[in-house]
Amino acid sequence: MIGHVLPKKTYWTIFGLLMVLLALTVLVAEINLGRTANVVIALTIAVVKATLVVLYFMHVKFSSKLVWVFASIGFLWFLILVAITMSDYASRDWLPVFGK
Amino acid sequence: MAESHSHAHPKGLQHHFDDLTQQHEASTLGMWGFLITEVMFFGGMFMAYILYRVYYMDAIVEASHELDWVLGGVNTLVLLCSSLTMAFAVHAAQEGHRKATFNWLLVTTTFGVGFLVIKAFEYASKFEHHLIPGSVDFTDKFAYPQAEGFFFLYFALTGVHAIHMIIGIGVVLWVAFRARRGDFTPNYYNPVEMTGLYWHFVDIIWIFLYPLLYLIEPLKLGASAAGH
Repeated sequence: MIGHVLPKKTYWTIFGLLMVLLALTVLVAEINLGRTANVVIALTIAVVKATLVVLYFMHVKFSSKLVWVFASIGFLWFLILVAITMSDYASRDWLPVFGK
Repeated sequence: MAESHSHAHPKGLQHHFDDLTQQHEASTLGMWGFLITEVMFFGGMFMAYILYRVYYMDAIVEASHELDWVLGGVNTLVLLCSSLTMAFAVHAAQEGHRKATFNWLLVTTTFGVGFLVIKAFEYASKFEHHLIPGSVDFTDKFAYPQAEGFFFLYFALTGVHAIHMIIGIGVVLWVAFRARRGDFTPNYYNPVEMTGLYWHFVDIIWIFLYPLLYLIEPLKLGASAAGH
């Protein structure tokens, strides 16, 4: 048998967790903790959901380290995209523009 | 793809691989390589969203009230169910259950179509209310001009996502009929699993899209849904 076979019960458990997290997402959106806190919490929950899907539904938890690297690097590059773009925007005012 | 051969080798093994295990690993890495490109593809649009949210938060908040968070939530549920049934399909393929594989893939397709139907209703509502970028109504309806930008992002993000869903549904259907035809064995089911990886990924994109587009401002659960 090629590849790791997960029992269906595991899939049901993860699905249950995803349902709970979805309910949490909606409930937390009800509460106003300030704009920064709200988005941090919403994104944290989304990241947890995505991690569960990647590790269990996409079998990455039971795959080789090389697959782990491939799975994580895309998201790392996205974070680099965000970090550098935001740095660019955030530093727009720091230096004067020649001629202005 | 099975071709006639005079020598015996495992079903599904292609000649440039030593064995099915190596082929499976290569297929998995290849699909993840593609998914990395998809992360960057959607990533660009998410980046634009981040900028809009950071610099024009009030406009984003105002515009997002036009979206129906209940419909979006139902769609999230639909996609999570479809990921479960897709996982079951891969499981069935791993155990060599031909009929079960076909059935689970068909159920997955149904959930996918359900998602698109709900999306179509949402889009129809947007068209009805002239909430399309380029519409002159934006200046009348919203206090902030950047609300139009939010809708540009909304249609770009959910539209590209919907295109991925349509392609995914096509591929899942094709693999379903291949499964029914008996193309796969417990040692060779790569097409099922790789299609699964793609499908789960498209689900993950929506997992992020839902809170970022629909749940920006505190909802009032008692009141009727925001969209009209």
